[in-house]
Amino acid sequence: MIPAAFEYYRPKDMEGVLAILEEHGDDARVMAGGHSLIPMMKLRMAEVPHLIDLQDVEGLSGITVADTIRIGAMTTQNALINDAALEAAAPILKEAALQIADPQVRYMGTLGGNVANGDPGNDMPGLMQCLDATFHLVGPEGERDVSARDFYEAAYMTDREDEEVLTAVSFPAPQGGFAYEKQKRKIGDYATAAAAVQIVKDGGTCTGAQIAMTNLSDTPIYSEEASEALVGTSVDDAAIKAAIDAMLGDIDPTEDNRGPIAFKKHVAGVILRRAIERAWSRA
Amino acid sequence: MKDDVTREDRIGALGGMGCERKRVEDARFTQGQGNYLDDVKLPGMLFGDFVRSPYAHARIKSINTDAAMAIDGVIAVLTAEDLAPLNLHWMPTLAGDKQMVLADGKVLFQGQEVAFVVAEDRYIAADAVELVEVDYEEMPVITDPYEALTSDVVLREDLDPKADGAHGPRDHHNHIFKWEVGDETATNQVMDDAEVVAEETMYYHRTHPCPLETCGSVASMDKVNGKLTLWGTFQAPHVVRTVASLLSGIEEHNIRVIAPDIGGGFGNKVGVYPGYVCSIVASIVTGKPVKWVEDRMENLMSTAFARDYWMKGKISATKDGKITGLHCHVTADHGAFDACADPSKYPAGFMNICTGSYDIPTAYLGVDGVYTNKAPGGVSYRCSFRVTEAVYFIERMIEVLAIELDMDPAELRMKNFISKEQFPYQAPLGWEYDSGDYHTAWEKALETVDYKGLRAEQAQRIEDFKAGKTRKLMGIGLTFFTEIVGAGPVKNCDILGMGMFDSCEIRIHPTGSAIARLGTISQGQGHATTFAQILATEIGLPSDSITIEEGDTDTAPYGLGTYGSRSTPVAGAATALAGRKIRAKAQMIAAYLLEVHDDDVEFDVDRFVVKGAPEKFKTMKEIAYAAYNQAIPGVEPGLEAVSYYDPPNMTYPFGAYVCVMDIDVDTGVPEIRRFYALDDCGTRINPMIIEGQVHGGLTEALAVALGQEIAYDKLGNVKTGTLMDFFLPTAWEVPNYETDYTVTPSPHHPIGAKGVGESPHVGGVPCFSNAVHDAFKAFGLRQSHMPHDHWRIWKTANDLGLHD
Repeated sequence: MIPAAFEYYRPKDMEGVLAILEEHGDDARVMAGGHSLIPMMKLRMAEVPHLIDLQDVEGLSGITVADTIRIGAMTTQNALINDAALEAAAPILKEAALQIADPQVRYMGTLGGNVANGDPGNDMPGLMQCLDATFHLVGPEGERDVSARDFYEAAYMTDREDEEVLTAVSFPAPQGGFAYEKQKRKIGDYATAAAAVQIVKDGGTCTGAQIAMTNLSDTPIYSEEASEALVGTSVDDAAIKAAIDAMLGDIDPTEDNRGPIAFKKHVAGVILRRAIERAWSRA
Repeated sequence: MKDDVTREDRIGALGGMGCERKRVEDARFTQGQGNYLDDVKLPGMLFGDFVRSPYAHARIKSINTDAAMAIDGVIAVLTAEDLAPLNLHWMPTLAGDKQMVLADGKVLFQGQEVAFVVAEDRYIAADAVELVEVDYEEMPVITDPYEALTSDVVLREDLDPKADGAHGPRDHHNHIFKWEVGDETATNQVMDDAEVVAEETMYYHRTHPCPLETCGSVASMDKVNGKLTLWGTFQAPHVVRTVASLLSGIEEHNIRVIAPDIGGGFGNKVGVYPGYVCSIVASIVTGKPVKWVEDRMENLMSTAFARDYWMKGKISATKDGKITGLHCHVTADHGAFDACADPSKYPAGFMNICTGSYDIPTAYLGVDGVYTNKAPGGVSYRCSFRVTEAVYFIERMIEVLAIELDMDPAELRMKNFISKEQFPYQAPLGWEYDSGDYHTAWEKALETVDYKGLRAEQAQRIEDFKAGKTRKLMGIGLTFFTEIVGAGPVKNCDILGMGMFDSCEIRIHPTGSAIARLGTISQGQGHATTFAQILATEIGLPSDSITIEEGDTDTAPYGLGTYGSRSTPVAGAATALAGRKIRAKAQMIAAYLLEVHDDDVEFDVDRFVVKGAPEKFKTMKEIAYAAYNQAIPGVEPGLEAVSYYDPPNMTYPFGAYVCVMDIDVDTGVPEIRRFYALDDCGTRINPMIIEGQVHGGLTEALAVALGQEIAYDKLGNVKTGTLMDFFLPTAWEVPNYETDYTVTPSPHHPIGAKGVGESPHVGGVPCFSNAVHDAFKAFGLRQSHMPHDHWRIWKTANDLGLHD
């Protein structure tokens, strides 16, 4: 658990970050909270000769709540939990963040690091897909936006180029009921299965639904079919079953110490059902 | 002089036995002022790190150290070839086997030590490890002990397949020993004649103690004066000194072993590890201090597993539930080397306590030890030697028998307990239980939890479940356990030939304070607090005025260390007896000062008083001063004593535990609603520390029962090598424990204490496990192997058709 030698940089602005990235290409990595990257370096599974610490870069943290909510990449999970305006506008973030790791980690761990690393175990990528978030990237060619639903390619592989930095995420203020449901073995664990659900209710009918699953494939899974299975229904048992069936068609879990595939699929269904029921009850 | 101070006040001022004295250690530990092994920093110190095998079984064709040696700051890369001339490439194990210090021609488990890099800097050492090139040729891997006993693959090519092992004949080249206790013929006869026989096989999975601090050592060889100082995470520092002397040839008086603060042991720090040997050799070679500290992954994968027992049982009874016999066979997976930490004559520890708390007239135990391609170890993780396995076995067998008899398991236990009048009780597999009152404890436990009410609630829950009103089942876990701790009598207990006595040396200072040194070593048990309380009561000086010191072999008297709940039963007894020697001398001094005959004074809390004239007295403080400043005819100056205590028997703490659990059938998630633990550890020295010990032991029991394991795949890869997958519960996963007690003092222990640190673990594991089993009992479950993690519980439900 001793990392290989690396150069440590702590630039004050994004120009400085991009200059180092341009100079060293994929030999350089940016670090937000460090909770994924540092263990990988200590295990020597990630070799990062040039490590760029983003904590002194201006303007990367903070939460702006309006019709569109914007959250800086360096905003910590702890800040997400304790922001009253965010809680009022998008309470699912607090519900999810409280299920990530433990308080010590949440003081350091950031939203940007969580979504940009591409670890299928992270909770925020699925949540961002549920919320139809947009990721804001900056690179040598300037700024560009990518939909969270298009960002993830495979485990640790994303649409972000080596020279790009994720600076913020934004998403429309969510409507209706919400739930982030997660089964895990213990505090600090990745999900055995987790579901992010937002549901809009009009009268007794579901008029909009967004469903995403965590740690059940090598990327987060936004299940459009599962979402659509609820729309136009009264979210009765048949509709929930249809949503679960659709979701199960989209996920592709692998066996690990959390259990075999059959178990994970079963639990994914149970967790999604509970998430839908809770979200519907809040809608 | 008017004395307003009552006798009770004086007792209170002592802070002696029975009071909830706050732990004196905690001021340091909670302020970051502990001095752990990795805090030892010496000028010019070098750092060692291991190259470890990625394979579970492979021939080593070559090792190339050139690239590693080329790094600036690398001092040496040691391999077996370098250690062979010193005959240190292998070392003896505590179990009479031998173990490679560095891989000698082949590796036998993943994570095995292959080469030892010594560098000026910890980071350089790690870089060099990456550059050591080892050419391996993979060999067939055996991780199943049953397969090992029939396989043609020879794991231990160094052993003559026909030669006896340390514990007698071997049946097969991968067989280590067969250990038998009791009368198998008679037991089989009882089974044949029995009205009811229940049989079951259970796997007690491999797990690991995982103390917060990993293992490590700092060796410093002073070539000028020829003295070796060795700091390390040692649960038995004196034994380490003796072993180090025997291995290195350095005379024992020239070796000083220091165990500083230890961040938890739980058996992990009893054994001797290659890292200790390599740090010593490296220091001898370089003449500089050398530090080795393993990281968490190395700790989990290479040092001291626990359990890994396949246990097959048969239990017989009359139709009305009187147990008549017990047959137990264990296939014990010891890994690549037999490095079990047990008293020499007990290759399966005290597994022969497996008749438990029950009056079983006839029994047999057979244990076959087996080599596999897994890490060596076999330590007693928070229990006396293999007692957790024994108690798990009998407490599961009782549950299985209850199913067979269609009888309530609480009633079955009550019907078969050894009764109070039967103590001392001669058990069929050799032990003499010193004392107990099981019926009283069991009744108290069942009454406190309202056992009948719980069963009624459970019956309703089952109905509701069947009616589709709930998806949660309720389990009631029961356990009644008897521990066997305090090893042990020198006549039958030894470690590498050293009798398992323990010791205490006390010096009273002129001003009435004292220092006491013991042969044990605290790893969190609170010795500095509790041993001072024993002494306070024995010698009448306040516990706050008594320093307890352990762990430095240059100052502490020889002792066998701390594990197997032996500190209070053995060293605690030595402490009380040394205190009584102090008191005996103090009596003579007091009599002289009071100008009466020795027999005319008597001890009273903190003083000696003239019999019949309590206003005439000398306090122990006054007596201590007199011991150093008065010439007393016939009495040597000074006030000190030493006692070495050879216990006449083990002590037998017991307890009654009840766990109430709700299980989500659809996700496999268990929720512990209630856990009640009644412990009888005899005389209670510090109730607060006892309660803390019970909380800790139960938490480690919860861990083991519900998820904590060292799992291997078929290639011998460790699947649970980090704390991501190795379950270490936090406060979040732990329920609110209810503790309770009865007091049945040990009749042979000077203060009647029995030891408590491990009881909750021993009793807790079967209690949690029985709760899981009990939840599914109504649906036909008889046995499912631990650990009961989410997916295994889910699978149980699935196999029973509860998801259909």
